[in-house]
Amino acid sequence: MKLIIVAGTPGAGKTSILLHTIKILKQSYKPSVVKIDCLNTDDDKRFAKLDVPVLLGLAKDMCPDHFSIYNIQEMIEFANKNKSDMLIMETAGLCHRCAPYTNNSIGVCIIDATSGPNNPTKVGPFLSSADIVAITKGDIISQAEREIFRERILEVNPNCKIIDMNGISGQGAAELANMISKITICESKTDSLRHNAPFSVCTLCVGEKRVDKKHHRGLLRKMDGFQQYIGE
Amino acid sequence: MHIIENITIIGGFDKKGNPEIITELIVNKGEIIGIVGPTGSGKSQLISDIEQLAQFDTSSKRQILINGKTPSYELRNNPRKKMVAQLSQNMNFVADMTVTEFLTLHAKCRGKSINDVGKIITLANELTGEPIKQNDNLTILSGGQSRALMVADVAIISESPIVLIDEIENAGIKKYEALELLSGQGKIVLVVTHDPVLALTSQKRIFMKNGAMQGIIFSTVEERIASEKLNIIDKNMLVLREKVRAGETITNINF
Repeated sequence: MKLIIVAGTPGAGKTSILLHTIKILKQSYKPSVVKIDCLNTDDDKRFAKLDVPVLLGLAKDMCPDHFSIYNIQEMIEFANKNKSDMLIMETAGLCHRCAPYTNNSIGVCIIDATSGPNNPTKVGPFLSSADIVAITKGDIISQAEREIFRERILEVNPNCKIIDMNGISGQGAAELANMISKITICESKTDSLRHNAPFSVCTLCVGEKRVDKKHHRGLLRKMDGFQQYIGE
Repeated sequence: MHIIENITIIGGFDKKGNPEIITELIVNKGEIIGIVGPTGSGKSQLISDIEQLAQFDTSSKRQILINGKTPSYELRNNPRKKMVAQLSQNMNFVADMTVTEFLTLHAKCRGKSINDVGKIITLANELTGEPIKQNDNLTILSGGQSRALMVADVAIISESPIVLIDEIENAGIKKYEALELLSGQGKIVLVVTHDPVLALTSQKRIFMKNGAMQGIIFSTVEERIASEKLNIIDKNMLVLREKVRAGETITNINF
């Protein structure tokens, strides 16, 4: 089964773009869709209108990207149960330090051109380890800025395929569907992440709310970059 | 660079899903084509289809051919090979950087010399009444300054065989000069406009309605004479505009 993992900045147009793309993919595949979000979403209903099996996962108190990674096996079982040959997972995507792409998935990064030309160098592995990068909202800025934005993406991810997309008109959806069809890689039980998630095991992770440094234990990093284990 | 003899616009569908009346239109190099029609008639979409070299994948379902052939992925996506320069209605710069930094970055993207930067600013200042300084931040530029800078940028850095212009008239710049600068020799130029100064400059104009190309209008000798007169009026208007802006009083108008 093809596993497609879609990550992107909030509000970049991930769901809109996927809706257009799934319409095209449906002509040759039987996709299942998993939508991961943090606290609440209606996006699962938007996907359901396409008449494809949809599973919703809310990460609640867990980091949404960690939640997506931890639950991949369950999502694959869901797609298998629905006799799908393709699983599309849309992540909530928040800090971009995590890249939920696995080695045997097709990693699609959706990024908003209006976030400014310095953004690609800030966001990290969710962009730099993607196979396909879809740039949205390019119609709002000038051609010159679009070109600079694109060049910046290639600086951090020289081997990716870039598509200009528009979530409203559906521009680029045919191209994205075509690229997904051409990549033959399939999910496997021995799959691993392309990039490690940030390691953070500290008192904040288990619910400490007090701010002062003296209340914190674990593997912690200071403003000056010094990282140490504080605790027993 | 790729040599372009012509582009073919293969008609798609209008907003109601009916096939377009103009099913095929070939635009040859050296031609300036106007695109006219009411708001919402699909002018910007037509421009955007050409910019993306659409392959049935836009809302209009049009296809664009280069020299009668389907363009490659590289031609469609790599800006270094890109054959289309576009000046859109959207004049917003979102980049938080100075004019010089921006032009330098863009020149690098297109594989052009960074020595052109000063030349672009000088050129832009010939088109606008309010001079742009090289250390101005992009985001503080006025509509007219942004537009003038984009015109000069398109003319020098994005120098391409196909030039698409979307409503140049909305900003206070010298339209006719801007069009001359952009069109150059042997290019394919398409101009979306409501403005008779520009519309009458083109040899042909496409009339749009309801998202579709409805017909082709050929300009007459009378129209060409009218166009020259309008250009003189337009220049005088710009002079008046700058005077009003500078707090001067207008004593007489003779044009």
